[in-house]
Amino acid sequence: MRVGVVTFPGSLDDGDAARAVRYAGGEAVGLWHGEDELRGVDAVVLPGGFSYGDYLRCGAIARFAPVMRSVVDRARAGLPVLGICNGFQILAEAHLLPGALIRNDVRTFVCRDQALRVENATTAWTSDYEAGRRIVVPLKSGEGGYVADQATLDRLEGEGRVVVRYVDGNPNGSMRDIAGVCSEDGRVVGLMPHPEHAIDSLTGPGTDGLGFFTSLLTSMGAAA
Amino acid sequence: MSVVVEVMPKPEILDPQGQAVLGALHRLGFTEVTSVRQGKRFELAVDGDVDEAMLMRLEEAAATLLANPVIEDHAVSAAPDA
Repeated sequence: MRVGVVTFPGSLDDGDAARAVRYAGGEAVGLWHGEDELRGVDAVVLPGGFSYGDYLRCGAIARFAPVMRSVVDRARAGLPVLGICNGFQILAEAHLLPGALIRNDVRTFVCRDQALRVENATTAWTSDYEAGRRIVVPLKSGEGGYVADQATLDRLEGEGRVVVRYVDGNPNGSMRDIAGVCSEDGRVVGLMPHPEHAIDSLTGPGTDGLGFFTSLLTSMGAAA
Repeated sequence: MSVVVEVMPKPEILDPQGQAVLGALHRLGFTEVTSVRQGKRFELAVDGDVDEAMLMRLEEAAATLLANPVIEDHAVSAAPDA
């Protein structure tokens, strides 16, 4: 299983995302923002960081990088894509996921181990969890407030497309405590917290995040 | 010739930056200010006349890149050259 990890100028967590892919048993393939070639990967991770310095809006410029043209085209045809933090912002800007991320309501950068509830355990990236499972993974973002209009929020809830929700307190003002959402087909998932930082107790708060990466291998293995 | 694109957070979208600025204004004694919304202004120099067709074209640029219509409103207008 070849999983592409995109590096944009300003990406920070591409190394940890690739490491998480390897921990799960996949092969991590580096993809460069300036090339539209996806190197035959079976899935793509858009990592956290500050692509293009967060200029204009978070993810607004990365969205038009050459690699994103290919990612958007392939995602519309079912390529699994996981956007973490800045990657989620890029997916929202690219309209692969509904809504947008705005500055935290607390007006400060939030960096902490965050409890989440897995609401949808049927997506390509969460099928190894049980629905309702509580997990703890790091959250580190200044613009993590998820917003969308009420009709969109109702539709997401009705279609089960809220993938993870903040529990034990809302850290950033996200509407309906939404930490992550998915596409209609459940193959494109975006979330603000960082599962790739919680795959080894030595370097993170635990191993709760590894399931995102093993889920991909499980779901793709089942599809093959 | 130049074109101005003004971008503002939609009224229903929280504006933490504006709130922080409001707090600072109050601390400085400008207590008559009751609300601050912070937006962006883009000044675009363009090659050619700023006619209806040019404004239509830059409207597309504004809606595609300069503003995110999910959270922001924008307005495109011709500006007199400085």
